[in-house]
Amino acid sequence: MEQVKPLLPEAIIQSGFPALFRKEVKRFYKVAFQTVAAPILTAVLYLLIFGHVLANSPKIYGYEYAAFLIPGLVMMSILQNAFANTSSSLIQSKITGNLVFVLLAPLSHIEFFAAYVGAAMIRGLSVGLGVFTVTIWFAKIPFEAPLWICIFALLGSALLGAMGLIAGICADKFDQLAASQNFVIMPATMLSGVFYSIHSLPPFWLQVSHFNPFFYMIDGFRYGFFGQSDVSPYHSLIALSICLLIVTWVALSMLKKGYKLRH
Amino acid sequence: MSALSIRAVKKNYGNLVALDGVSLEIKQGEFFGLLGPNGAGKTTLITSMAGLCKPDSGVIEVMGHDVQKDFRIARRQLGVVPQELVFDPFFTVRETLSFQSGYFGLNKNDDWIDEIMANLDLTNKANANMRSLSGGMKRRVLVAQALVHRPPVIVLDEPTAGVDVELRQSLWQFISRLNQAGHTIVLTTHYLEEAESLCGRIAMLKQGRVVALDTTENLLAKHRPPGMPPKVLGDDGAADLEAVFVKIMAESK
Repeated sequence: MEQVKPLLPEAIIQSGFPALFRKEVKRFYKVAFQTVAAPILTAVLYLLIFGHVLANSPKIYGYEYAAFLIPGLVMMSILQNAFANTSSSLIQSKITGNLVFVLLAPLSHIEFFAAYVGAAMIRGLSVGLGVFTVTIWFAKIPFEAPLWICIFALLGSALLGAMGLIAGICADKFDQLAASQNFVIMPATMLSGVFYSIHSLPPFWLQVSHFNPFFYMIDGFRYGFFGQSDVSPYHSLIALSICLLIVTWVALSMLKKGYKLRH
Repeated sequence: MSALSIRAVKKNYGNLVALDGVSLEIKQGEFFGLLGPNGAGKTTLITSMAGLCKPDSGVIEVMGHDVQKDFRIARRQLGVVPQELVFDPFFTVRETLSFQSGYFGLNKNDDWIDEIMANLDLTNKANANMRSLSGGMKRRVLVAQALVHRPPVIVLDEPTAGVDVELRQSLWQFISRLNQAGHTIVLTTHYLEEAESLCGRIAMLKQGRVVALDTTENLLAKHRPPGMPPKVLGDDGAADLEAVFVKIMAESK
């Protein structure tokens, strides 16, 4: 009997990463109204409400409050949506059982990580770009250091994508995931200086803010617009890079071990 | 080289012994049946072959490749049809098969995907969303997904559970053609008449151990319960293998 050969010869290693990445991007694109348009609307509502209520508040970095708020809202949208993409995709696949198709494939833990986090970055950045495009008409915003804007947007979305991956792996139920989103990610972003400069806080809370990694992402991102920030952008970059390295290492270790994925 | 080599595989879940030193050699081109009552360890063995679960000890090789150490090549040799009717509700049938093919590094595989869909009567559902398919159609897509990379070894975990007669027959015709073309088939099923008519060799598992392993013909001849008249294989075979199965399970401790 003739021996059957797989379509791809053994000697050729062709990565499954592009297909998994495309699938993850297409997954959120198919429901773009929910995954992209809705977060843009939410951010615009924040701007309209807070921008109106605090319109007469003192200028920050020499700019009106709405201008200060917009970069914070953009970054908050990037971070929250990057987290939501990996975490919701993974928990849905785990609960419905279709993750088995990915686990049966010859994908390494690095390819798995790169595809999920890469797609999360695309969603986060798409939402961020959408929020920016809509809100930029509400205030005059400078672009003092665009490179910093790109660096913090890319690294921040990667960090939250990786955190979402860990949350998706660890959660067994939707409400466990909702808990991490509502009790960790949401407060950490809200209390990171999106809506205020941390120098307006009492001394104790000012110190506490320095332990919040989200603060460095927002502050560094904002530096790219205003050329001014609460701490040096280099300081923020180091803090963000350390967090990204730690979270990446944890996520890759979980995937390599097959923690909660392969029994 | 064996299609599947399973050597002294053990797997415990806490105090539950799922696999207790299972060893099997399945030759290339065989149609092999893996039978046993619920909880015997069939699905654990299959998930161990597929790398979905890590055995505590022992070795599993697919076409000579260790499923843990050499997982990239081993998984390309294996196609698994899972027991549960699982699907991704975001995509159409064609997208599902195209992505699955891509995971195996095959990005331009439309000709083979079209051929599989034609063989499984899925062509006119190619652009239908997975959610809109009937249970039988979803089952066909599961089979198609297992075949997108044309694996030499195909494992079917209870593929006809809850499937109507028509689909069952067309599915077995297609799987038999694949077997005749050289694919090794490993089948678990609770429909013993299917196992008897299709499988050349059968292993029976009970509480994680292999309690019988022989050709179907020999099993029927050796373990015929007392008082049962001799029968030719295929002549009312369902009663034969069922009786043999019940006898072996009762005798093994």
